[in-house]
Amino acid sequence: MANIWFDLWHNSFWHGIAGRGITILAEVLIVIVVLLIFVAYATYFERKVLALAQLRMGPNVVGPFGLLQPFADGLKLMVKETIIPAGANRVLFLMAPMLTFTLALVGWAVVPFDDGWVVANINVGILYLFAISSLGVYGIIVAGWASNSKYSFLGGLRSAAQMVSYEVSIGFVIVSVLLTVGSLNLSNIVLAHQPFWMWLLMSPMLVVFFISGLAETNRPPFDLPEGESELVGGFNTEYSAMTFALFMLGEYANMFMISALTTMLFLGGWLPPFGIMVAPLTWIPGILWFIGKICAVMFLFLWVRATLPRFRYDQLMRLGWKIFLPFSLLWVMVIAGVLLATGTLPNPQ
Amino acid sequence: MQNPLLVDYVPILIFLVVAAAITIVMIAGSYLLAQQKPDSEKVSAYECGFEAFTDARTKFDVRFYLVAILFIIFDLEVAFLFPWAVSLKDIGLFGFLSMAGFLGVLTVGFVYEWKKGALDWE
Repeated sequence: MANIWFDLWHNSFWHGIAGRGITILAEVLIVIVVLLIFVAYATYFERKVLALAQLRMGPNVVGPFGLLQPFADGLKLMVKETIIPAGANRVLFLMAPMLTFTLALVGWAVVPFDDGWVVANINVGILYLFAISSLGVYGIIVAGWASNSKYSFLGGLRSAAQMVSYEVSIGFVIVSVLLTVGSLNLSNIVLAHQPFWMWLLMSPMLVVFFISGLAETNRPPFDLPEGESELVGGFNTEYSAMTFALFMLGEYANMFMISALTTMLFLGGWLPPFGIMVAPLTWIPGILWFIGKICAVMFLFLWVRATLPRFRYDQLMRLGWKIFLPFSLLWVMVIAGVLLATGTLPNPQ
Repeated sequence: MQNPLLVDYVPILIFLVVAAAITIVMIAGSYLLAQQKPDSEKVSAYECGFEAFTDARTKFDVRFYLVAILFIIFDLEVAFLFPWAVSLKDIGLFGFLSMAGFLGVLTVGFVYEWKKGALDWE
């Protein structure tokens, strides 16, 4: 009797669905857990890099070389009191950090970590990432509004305006890459072969993308929403405990996402650097190249933080609207024109 | 479920559910684990030690509104460029010139905004 039920189950349509579902669930959990470990250690990495830049030791008490510091910080934030201000909209106030963090995670569903190592290989991957990063602004503006505090409100407004300003330039940069690839699928974008002169044409776009990425993630020198001297903590002034931690984790996950996008669009993703496919370089697994490139871009984020002073708000908006926007608009047409004139446009895939 | 286009998106749905569950567990866990002892001073809005003397939701600079409108215009433009960029080989010179015309009209508007001072912050 049991045998019949087993056969029925085994041959059924739902068996295939369940098996596939469990596989996907496992993949999703692996990606999220690894990402969270990287995000936790990004805080440690940042503190160490800043300490080295300033000739200090950095965290070195908790565990060997201070390696357990991220866990100590996480535990501390876990057991702190979640303060909800009396004037705040309670539901929105708690929803904002959840929204920020969830959106920072779900972008990774379409990122190819190696050839075929991707949770959802959709054919409009880059469009999905663009949409998810656009939604990120909601978490911040909801936090600023729901807190019902002057600093949060002003910080939220500034942050939202800054993020949308630089998103336009990021959009143009992505379009210029699509022109050379002819596909919206991220794996195709990584695998697209480009001649050397194309790199020269694209390099200004890489600079625009990286600087816009700094502004998009509210990182120094564009961390005006958190300009301590004027706005205390910006949109997260009123947040404490885990709600604050989720904003922090979300910010670092977004930094990783911008680094991953830079890697996929410009640096060849999981392939060896500069597309050199010779023996010793190809022995290293693609995932290691991918992580290595992401960490290199992350280091640039931290290096910039250690080096540059903060921008003023008018300088920030001027850079975004009067320099990056006209330049990237013009450059998209230049790239399209060059590709059309030389007949090197890719076939649509 | 049999539509292959939709099946591609099922992992994203699962990812979304798992990510949302993790965030809820994190906040709820912290809320239950930590001792909650609010008092009237603790839950008052932070204003450098002063009592808040006006509501936080006051008038704010109209420029933020302007930035939002400009963003919508240019972001829509980027959305138009996405399908154009991947199919430029098929539509060729005609497609290129059409987009150049469209962007030209937009640039006229952009120059007008610039001259009007909509992009200036002092």
